[in-house]
Amino acid sequence: MMKKVFEKPKSLTDVPFTYCPGCHHGIIHRLVAEALDDLGIAKDTIGVAPVGCAVLAYLFFDCDIIVAAHGRAPATATGLKRVKPDNIVFTYQGDGDLASIGTAEIVHAANRSEKITVIFVNNAVYGMTGGQMAPTTLEGQITQTSPYGRDPKTMGMPIRVCELLSTLNSPGYIARVALTKPAYIVKAKKAIKKAFQFQIDGKGFSLVEVLSTCPTNWGLSPKESNEWLEQKMIPYYPLGEFKEVF
Amino acid sequence: MVDRLLMRGNEAIGEAAIHAGCRYYFGYPITPQSELIAYMAKRLLKIEGATFVQSESELAAINMVYGAAAAGGRVMTSSSSPGISLKQEGISYITCAELPCVIVNIMRGGPGLGSIQPAQGDYFQATKGGGHGDYHLIVLAPSTVQELADLTIKAFDLSDKYRNPAMILGDGLLGQMMEPVEFKEYDINSIPSKESWALGSSHGREARTIVPFNLDAGEMEKINNRLKQKYIDMQKEAECEVVNMDNPDIIVVAYGIVARIVKTAIQKAKKDGINIGLLRPITLYPFPSAVIRENVHKAKKILVTEMSMGQMVEDVELAACGKAEISFYGRTGGVVISPVEILEEVKKLLK
Repeated sequence: MMKKVFEKPKSLTDVPFTYCPGCHHGIIHRLVAEALDDLGIAKDTIGVAPVGCAVLAYLFFDCDIIVAAHGRAPATATGLKRVKPDNIVFTYQGDGDLASIGTAEIVHAANRSEKITVIFVNNAVYGMTGGQMAPTTLEGQITQTSPYGRDPKTMGMPIRVCELLSTLNSPGYIARVALTKPAYIVKAKKAIKKAFQFQIDGKGFSLVEVLSTCPTNWGLSPKESNEWLEQKMIPYYPLGEFKEVF
Repeated sequence: MVDRLLMRGNEAIGEAAIHAGCRYYFGYPITPQSELIAYMAKRLLKIEGATFVQSESELAAINMVYGAAAAGGRVMTSSSSPGISLKQEGISYITCAELPCVIVNIMRGGPGLGSIQPAQGDYFQATKGGGHGDYHLIVLAPSTVQELADLTIKAFDLSDKYRNPAMILGDGLLGQMMEPVEFKEYDINSIPSKESWALGSSHGREARTIVPFNLDAGEMEKINNRLKQKYIDMQKEAECEVVNMDNPDIIVVAYGIVARIVKTAIQKAKKDGINIGLLRPITLYPFPSAVIRENVHKAKKILVTEMSMGQMVEDVELAACGKAEISFYGRTGGVVISPVEILEEVKKLLK
């Protein structure tokens, strides 16, 4: 008899992903869906999709979802969670959304320790709008709006969101993961599940930053993108758990 | 039981909201509406299951309202002019998503940081949309503390009925003044159920989405058409108070606190043998054009008076269809019009 050993998570719909080849959004969607499945919470979960490449996340996750205004997902999630405290609420945000236009919202949602889970996708660039400089763009990195490389003298240094939020004196679970190796993916899955469990247990705010690739806007192949992420991003954005306070 | 209390306007709005079953409030302090946020904090933090959040910004507040409304909560936010400008993107989203909520604007002098004194300079912003895209808010304009309370309750009901944000458009004077106010019985069980569309647990049903956009232009146009139909349906809610319209020498059109000042001017004018009629739009959107049109022919002169440079005057002109000679008198920047000024203006026009 045939035994099924691998299948699509139940928390994903049948709609094919629209993401570019080599982009990590697909893996991240899958890991989030697996976490919802494993924890048995999909039917009680409300997602908040961002503005950016993942604006279409509402097509892919098989749970209630609202699309928020650019950067405001943590505020929208706050409203949802306060009205429906027994539901699980998560936001899915990119780096421009969370670390630039939505900086105030993420800092204050974390500081109030809103009982929400944030999946933060950091690919060091604005993807949807065609590859402009993000707050997380690395020093010297060339983008449409840093055509001569990001110059810290006038453009600032890349923002480390996990480190920044970990300074807040409030309960929270904060971790940074990557997906370039199977071992990393296992750790990423564990961190995402832990973040949702943190919310289920009513402990407070949780955030997992996932270092991700953008082959299209980086101008690299998927393989080269993974190498670039490991060689350039991980040294500046170290992986690990930054905070677990409740 | 009907309680009669002496309350400040801003606090009456808060109590009326709670009376109407509002249990979720998100706001940011700004003069001259800060008594309202303070009142909501004092009351809601003591109610089991209720939520009060002093948000990090007006942007955050309106987006918290967006989330709370999507979850089916009866929700309110409040601010004053500059803060309302900051909320506009969120209001546009909420309108596109067809979610109910109440937004209170206790107007102050503008533009810019303006002043902190009463004004009516946000009429265009409130009634013509305010943010990006084709949409309208339901806009109610109280002129007494009692009406602040009554119209706040009505705003929640209309907002639920049309699944469209409703705005209370008051001003700093109305918000700060104290008057007796009664809270009539309100049946919280009459609030329409939101179970058929609100987000939450999806056991036994398909997952739902609330999506304020569509990448397909034709589909996005359908959303616009649906909203347009809603605004057509809404026209029947238009309300206007008609005062002293028995053979007037002149008709004054005014709303909110200015209409109240006109009422004093009417009394003063009587001593001088002048009969002033008053048309007071209670709903600014939908605008009571029919009532205006039916009445403008009753006097040769029409005076629109506002604490702005003349924003409602355009709607009055449209309603009058050229059937009356319309003049305007206004004060701005936070300067409150006096009954004497109005009377002088009336006399000038009647010369």
